[in-house]
Amino acid sequence: MVFHLDKCIGCHTCSIACKNIWTDRKGAEYMWWNNVETKPGTGYPTKWEDQDIYKGGWEKKGKSVDLIGAGKLKGISRIFHNPNLPVMDNYYEPWTYKYSYLFDAPEGDDQPVARTISLVTGEPIDVKAGPNWDDDLSGSIDYARQDKNMETLTEAEKQTMFQLERMVMFYLPRICNHCLNPACVASCPSGAIYKRGEDGIVLINQERCRAWRMCVTACPYKKSYYNWNTGKSEKCILCFPRVETGQAPACMHTCVGRIRYLGVMLYDADRIEEVASCDTSDLVERQMGIYLDPFDPAVIAAAKKNGIADSTIESAQASPVYKFVKNWGIALPLHPEFRTIPNLFYVPPLLPTMASASGDVYDSTTDSLWGKAEDTRLPLKYLASLFTAGDTEKIKEVLRKLQAVRLHRRDVTVGDLDKKEAEEAMKSSNIDGETADAIFRLTSLVKFEERFVIPAAHREEAIEMIENTGDVKGDTGFGFLNEPKRGL
Amino acid sequence: MSNFFFIGLPYASIVIMLIGTIYRYRSTEFEYSSLSSQFLESKTLYKGVRPFHWGIIFLFFAHLIGFLFPRTVLAWNGDVLRLLIIEIGAFGFGLLTLWGLIILIIRRLRSRRTQIVTSKMDVVVYIILLVEVVTGLLSAYLYRWGSSWFASAMTPYLKSLFLFSPDTAALQAMPLLVQIHVVSAFSMFALIPFTRFVHFLVYPIWYFFRGYQRVVWNWDRNQIRNSDKMNFGKPPENN
Repeated sequence: MVFHLDKCIGCHTCSIACKNIWTDRKGAEYMWWNNVETKPGTGYPTKWEDQDIYKGGWEKKGKSVDLIGAGKLKGISRIFHNPNLPVMDNYYEPWTYKYSYLFDAPEGDDQPVARTISLVTGEPIDVKAGPNWDDDLSGSIDYARQDKNMETLTEAEKQTMFQLERMVMFYLPRICNHCLNPACVASCPSGAIYKRGEDGIVLINQERCRAWRMCVTACPYKKSYYNWNTGKSEKCILCFPRVETGQAPACMHTCVGRIRYLGVMLYDADRIEEVASCDTSDLVERQMGIYLDPFDPAVIAAAKKNGIADSTIESAQASPVYKFVKNWGIALPLHPEFRTIPNLFYVPPLLPTMASASGDVYDSTTDSLWGKAEDTRLPLKYLASLFTAGDTEKIKEVLRKLQAVRLHRRDVTVGDLDKKEAEEAMKSSNIDGETADAIFRLTSLVKFEERFVIPAAHREEAIEMIENTGDVKGDTGFGFLNEPKRGL
Repeated sequence: MSNFFFIGLPYASIVIMLIGTIYRYRSTEFEYSSLSSQFLESKTLYKGVRPFHWGIIFLFFAHLIGFLFPRTVLAWNGDVLRLLIIEIGAFGFGLLTLWGLIILIIRRLRSRRTQIVTSKMDVVVYIILLVEVVTGLLSAYLYRWGSSWFASAMTPYLKSLFLFSPDTAALQAMPLLVQIHVVSAFSMFALIPFTRFVHFLVYPIWYFFRGYQRVVWNWDRNQIRNSDKMNFGKPPENN
């Protein structure tokens, strides 16, 4: 998966599509398998990135890694009460409105209003927070200044970020990363969570979940949610019924800004532990190394030997994700330091300085079209804290590439630039005209079937291994035989 | 009457427990859950749930040891100091359980959010646990040296039940408090399949013996078209 942050307009269409399909139920109202956060901001649930509070993810232990807040001994000894479990107040209490009062209200001096009613208790509540309560509040004290990623900045850098003229924000849409080293799977005492071999989707078996709640703590992205009504944890299922039939997940299909890309990545599962436990500074580089070249004959032969379908290999070869991540190297994982090896990559936002303020003068004329890529309005340290575990060089490299593409296209389409400037930018960021055009195409002009290259799962064949289709003709169905009723 | 309570009820309870839990596990496994309400209320839970669970786990194993190794317990109790240690220790854990249970009950009543997720069977669970713990503590206090008379009088009774030649004489001679304690304990067994008690039957012991990561292949693509290896009627692993 790749999310292109420069294209995200923060419209929350993805969140709504997901909500309407999967989480519009009792106990799941507060879950946002897909959510969009304003950065800088505290996110959802509040301050989820702060593992001093939530103890999610892995930490390096000798030559391997271990879960920070869960795991065999730690998890089981905290099974009665899990001190690091986020509670409803870390999210928000879901509510609706008592519309009937608009009609039933006794005659009075004032216009009646529909009061907020808690969806948990059914009683009137004062709403204090919501899932996107920090939307667009980039300079706010309660949200932006509480951002965990600010910690690496100096006081002066923080202050400049909040000056009115410099105030800056971007949107960060988040879903489950369907990690290669998922902390939720590892933390589940009852073994209900598993990663599907066929497509890598991480799922929770609802029958087997026993509400030990360790996955909620272990997931550093807080993308496993506890259903307080059914007593089961739930998470993003990457719309697997759609993916199995070759369709894009709802959040991606509906994306208005067309920022989302989904494609197959082949990887070497034997190297997961070694990659997850390498030094923090190597994490991004090593993760990139785990994904295999789908054109390499050796890789193709090995994949076929493992029973990977030809259609899957073909999809891997056409994968837009592989291009962004491996060929061009402009998409980065979110918080690689959590060591889960997330499979969702972000093209960082390019926010170049277009003007400067000195005293009362606001000067929007600059010598060149844009300032240097590294003079981004977001401090490099801030972006590095999000996407490269603190490595500003890596971020600089990506931003330079992104800017080179723009300068090149400006040169091609408008031609008002000093030719040298575009060439310099391309040279210093190590891309040629062809690559720049390809990046531009896949970013801006891309068609639906190029954004989503998803092989169908061939379940019509798979079912024959499980049962004789002749025997069960006519009695296959969809969903539960028993309704998901809360236990006694 | 005593035959009903001391013979019929124990056997009925065990049968109900076995059939009920197995049947429900096979038909409605979805309802096997600890039904944690920590998500809705965490602070008071911390004060109650840990003492309660550690207390009741200790008491369960203490009863089990008294039942399985009565002679060892009696020999241990031959020394006054050792008798005092075991009695005071067990009583302490009893108090811990009661303390935790009371906090949990207050928590259920006080928070509107937890009231919402409290079922009728939860009320039954709380009542029977309270009866069990209070009668246990009172008999330990009023009728001294329970560890000894449990091993010498109650163990033979329980053993006779297991050997299908019930002998209730010892229990009939016991004070009413102890009799209530026994009857409510057996009732608890019968309640297991119908309450949240099921969660201790699915205690995740296997977690210690598995690797951290879990990958499930729904089908082996190399075998899909191999009719020799078709395995009719094998249920899928993942749901």
